[in-house]
Amino acid sequence: MIAFAELLERLVLTPGRLAKIALLRRYFATEPDPDRGFALAALTGELAFQAAKPMLIRGLAEARTDPTLFAWSYDYVGDLADTVALMWPAKPTNQPAPGMTEVIQTLIATPKTDLPDIVAGWLDASDASGRYALLKLITGSLRVGASARLAKVALAELAGGRIAPDEIEEIWHGLTPPYLPLFEWLEGTAERPDPAGAPVFRPLMLAQPLEPPDFAALDPAAFRAEWKWDGIRAQLVAMPGGRRVYSRGAEDISNSFPELIEAMDFHAVLDGEILVLRDGVVAPFADLQQRLGRKVVGGKMLRDYPVHVRLYDMLFDGAEDLRALTFDERRVRLEAWFARTQPARMDLSAMIPFQTIAELSEIRDGTRAASIEGLMLKRANSPYVPGRPKGQWWKWKRDPLSIDAVMMYAQRGHGKRSSFYSDYTFGLWREDGELVPVGKAYSGFTDAELVQLDRWVRNHTTNRYGPVREVERGMVMEIAFDAAQRSNRHKSGVALRFPRVARLRWDKPAAEADKLETLMNTIENLSH
Amino acid sequence: MKHFDTPHPEAWLRVLPDGLFCEPGGFYVDPVRPVDRAVITHAHADHARPGHAHVLASAETLAIMRVRMGVDRAGTVQQEQPYGQVLTIGEVRVWLQPAGHVLGAAQVAMEWRGSRAVVSGDYKRAPDPTCAPFEPIPCDVFVTEATFALPVFRHPPPEAEIAKLLASVALFPERTHVVGAYALGKCQRVIALLRRAGWDRPIYLHGAQMPLCAEYERLGVPLGDLRPATVANKADLAGAIVIAPPGAIADRWARRLAEPVVCLASGWMRVRQRARSRGVELPLVISDHADWDELNATVDEVGAPEIWVTHGREEALIHEVAKRGVRGRALRLLGYGDEEEDLPAQGEAA
Repeated sequence: MIAFAELLERLVLTPGRLAKIALLRRYFATEPDPDRGFALAALTGELAFQAAKPMLIRGLAEARTDPTLFAWSYDYVGDLADTVALMWPAKPTNQPAPGMTEVIQTLIATPKTDLPDIVAGWLDASDASGRYALLKLITGSLRVGASARLAKVALAELAGGRIAPDEIEEIWHGLTPPYLPLFEWLEGTAERPDPAGAPVFRPLMLAQPLEPPDFAALDPAAFRAEWKWDGIRAQLVAMPGGRRVYSRGAEDISNSFPELIEAMDFHAVLDGEILVLRDGVVAPFADLQQRLGRKVVGGKMLRDYPVHVRLYDMLFDGAEDLRALTFDERRVRLEAWFARTQPARMDLSAMIPFQTIAELSEIRDGTRAASIEGLMLKRANSPYVPGRPKGQWWKWKRDPLSIDAVMMYAQRGHGKRSSFYSDYTFGLWREDGELVPVGKAYSGFTDAELVQLDRWVRNHTTNRYGPVREVERGMVMEIAFDAAQRSNRHKSGVALRFPRVARLRWDKPAAEADKLETLMNTIENLSH
Repeated sequence: MKHFDTPHPEAWLRVLPDGLFCEPGGFYVDPVRPVDRAVITHAHADHARPGHAHVLASAETLAIMRVRMGVDRAGTVQQEQPYGQVLTIGEVRVWLQPAGHVLGAAQVAMEWRGSRAVVSGDYKRAPDPTCAPFEPIPCDVFVTEATFALPVFRHPPPEAEIAKLLASVALFPERTHVVGAYALGKCQRVIALLRRAGWDRPIYLHGAQMPLCAEYERLGVPLGDLRPATVANKADLAGAIVIAPPGAIADRWARRLAEPVVCLASGWMRVRQRARSRGVELPLVISDHADWDELNATVDEVGAPEIWVTHGREEALIHEVAKRGVRGRALRLLGYGDEEEDLPAQGEAA
């Protein structure tokens, strides 16, 4: 537990991706089995014990500490597990600090009622960071900013370049903690574990953005076109060993979409877009957001935000791997399968007929539905290859919309940007002359512009709130965005999709920036 | 020592707007505004203010005050007082005893008509290679700080924190580890701990750290090979340890460094959220103040039936000692802060 606690402590505070990978790699390289496997499960959220309630921690604290001092300490620290970890008055013990494996196995095997005494004994034998790791582990709140993907990249490094992270991804969901066969494979002492009929994730094929210089090289006959929908990319996996819905990041999101799982009464692996669909009309992304990140979805949710999958590719038909086939061949298989299977809550992504790229360009410009982001171009003979292979699939987004907005707040960035004010909240003018925030942008400017912006923020600060500075109303930024959608989460009533800084308007007085009304009108235009 | 007519220290030690005043001796201890006669516990800016007419302090404290504020402003008359040597001021017997806080730091012991009070100044009990250790003095009233007086503050052994730093340097050999450390005391202690842990490579310093390191060396605390970070090549700083004021580590000054790992040496780093909100990647819990256990143990050791708390989290300390029958009184002296708490600062601000 000591090494794991140290790892956690560093991961929590380390902003850099590469540094996180280095920390994870060192941990996996130096810790023994099965400790490292259980740690991997803890970090990727794959542990199978029921999390203890925060009440357990509170109970322990009440039994051991002065209530007045506890209250003052909790008030100061702000986090329950952290407070208890820091102030725990350890009874002298000759027990060594508990090991990772001991902790996990005990948590899986022990009835809840016996837990407090066991946990108290562990806390006595640990130091503050060990206690923190323990408490976070048993309450299942191990958010350390290390995604499952990062852990897999670190594992791949353990294999010294012989194994790609995507290869780990393909078997990952067929493995269980403490992953002994996985580590044996990574360290070259065993063959790759066989997922057999398990519903594992297959890494997705992704598209590159199509930029003007690429147009000329496009042979219209070699490509197929589809709409690019503004939903979430998903992989549906239905195998003899189970059914899963995965996000593009290999996260198991089945719990958020029970009606899809129910509809998957077939054996196939499909690629598609999850959308909220009402009477055949795709709802704005904000509606789909209501369905994300839920452990349990209630009946009202299911009724109010009905989801649907628009299918555009097929990776497996039964046990047959189709990924080496061309796009056209897979499409034929997908259509035949669809006609045969007639799955509920699914339809096929339409193919858009076209003769020339110019014609396609017109189609793209004519797109005004908020749920369509633009077009997808897929090479007719492209096999299904994980990652972003060059020249195979293109995403051709609609030209962005833009507004001239006024910077209101600036916040420091992270990692390399931690000394720069690089995250900007911008606003538009309301009729009554008040500036209301409509979004936040942290990209689109050059490094040189970032230096200028940082200097401007520091010289025009009117208020400070921790890492945030409020600035004078003097910096106009042209903000590009893909769509504006109604939102009752924002004071302005509108949410922007993918806002970024298009241009710094040093020349423009703040009073001449756009009105909120102008932006609201684009919503009207965009909706059906 | 106790007579029934022994006066209570409340009768002769008063809290005035300028600070704690010893009436029968006619002097203040660590006054916050210029006074005629001052006894100074240590040279941190909130305790040692410029412009007093007569200053009594340890030789090291006076030397450091002269570096920080200039010879003239460190006191028109500067009287050096060795530890343990008793002196009579007015009707009061006065002596200094090491406080273990920073080089030269002293407790001020005062005795009048058989009644004894000790003003600890800031202090710690953990060993520090750069200064003399705290020596407890039995007394009737112990005047203590309470900077870290909450049970969440328990400082781990500083050697373990330095080991964490060196392990991180080994894991990220291409990056610069920039350690935020207050210019007086903490900076030199971190350097001395690094040297003891075997780090004999050059240590690079922000300009604000240089004068006091030079003064420590002159006063007999060896710190090894120190170089200015400002003129070093970025390439030389890869894999190096740089020490800078806490206000500079995550700000513009640090941009010159090679992918810095931001570290901060402070007792506050015990609380993760503090580290996170300041953008600290590697917190080092190294403090020059007593932690919760040390504060309580010290109160017991000096055996005082009553403590007065100058600044910090007095309510928690008073609550805790009351359980052992010790009376507590909050002095609420204004103007004392905590040098470890300093916010983004230019150079050497307090």
